[in-house]
Amino acid sequence: MKENLLKYTLHLADNALILGHRLSEWCGHGPVLEQDIALTNIALDLVGQARNLYQYAAEISGDGKTEDDFPYLRKENEFRNVLLTEYPNEDFAYTIVRQFLYDSYNFYFYNELKNSSDKRLAAIAEKSLKEITYHLRFSSEWMIRLGDGTEVSHEKMQNALEDLYPFWGELVQAEDYETALLAFGVSVDLNKIKPGIEAKVKEIMEKATLKLPEISWFQSGGKKGHHTEQLGFILTDLQYLQRTYPGAEW
Amino acid sequence: MVSEAQVWKILESVNDPEVPVLNILDLGIVREVSIENDHINISITPTYTGCPAMKVIEWDIISRLKQEGIDNFNIKTILSPAWTTDWMSEAGRKKLKDYGIAPPQYDKGDPTALFQAEKKIACPHCDSSNTKMVSEFGSTACKAFYKCLDCLEPFDYFKCH
Repeated sequence: MKENLLKYTLHLADNALILGHRLSEWCGHGPVLEQDIALTNIALDLVGQARNLYQYAAEISGDGKTEDDFPYLRKENEFRNVLLTEYPNEDFAYTIVRQFLYDSYNFYFYNELKNSSDKRLAAIAEKSLKEITYHLRFSSEWMIRLGDGTEVSHEKMQNALEDLYPFWGELVQAEDYETALLAFGVSVDLNKIKPGIEAKVKEIMEKATLKLPEISWFQSGGKKGHHTEQLGFILTDLQYLQRTYPGAEW
Repeated sequence: MVSEAQVWKILESVNDPEVPVLNILDLGIVREVSIENDHINISITPTYTGCPAMKVIEWDIISRLKQEGIDNFNIKTILSPAWTTDWMSEAGRKKLKDYGIAPPQYDKGDPTALFQAEKKIACPHCDSSNTKMVSEFGSTACKAFYKCLDCLEPFDYFKCH
């Protein structure tokens, strides 16, 4: 139970951290100032959520670890974020499609996690959900604006969707630690939230005049610790200081 | 030996580092003060999860209490119930507006509804409701960015949350 709860909490924390880190890469590079600020605001929310979860992970782990040990001192194969979150920013189209696919999942996920029998996860979910609701509204609006925009913006969005959609399946595919925690009412039943997420994605795709790619196989592995090469580059950046000057504080 | 009322009074002198016209009681950040066996327990809650001001607020509380010669306390951060702008005091709303930030509007409907049309936000400078949202995300996580179409001044709106 304890081991699964730790894995599950780290999976949630890693999702938030890695996507937050990706979005923070936009800082100072946004297409316009308002969107630069919007993306970094979302990054801030996600990194904040990650901190709450890492703090809890440190308590579960109970061996003197702190919230910082998890993001700064674990290796790639110990991270359990979904592959979608580590996908590079590429351009604004990729960033928005990635964000929408993640937000629509995240919204239904946290809506359910707030009923978790684990009081701490429920409290973190209740708090985070308010922010995630706002993120979903933001990314949905941009999906529609750009998908149903000019010929060029439509094409860029459709291309991004073709590349990113293969990573969608992993979001709703349960890993063994998630299934194990279901019996205790701790984890979210992904089968239960899947129809809601699919309906939301379909609704926005229609409004955005975008077409979901027809594929029969999805990429997965992130939840198990099998990552794309991208995560290594992220961690090189993220962990540089602690690896070079172990224990450095400011 | 201090009383709970005295602790609340001291906390009233701690201001939000990002919106310095508001103290932390105006914002509804302090949730509980209790004293057990001469030990003071203070519970605070973050406005937004990633709000970078939270740590600074905690340090400010510590330094204010120590200035008053109080050492026997601990500060706990709680997440549930989640902070809401409904907890902002009437005095806080007034101070925000005087500072040039439109306060959160009470009548907010269903906060989980997507694409819910934002209410017309009154300009804190000229009170006109003829305003336009420039960006859902403003200078801090808790604010959106607006422009008044009458006096043409840009302004921050403290979002309902």
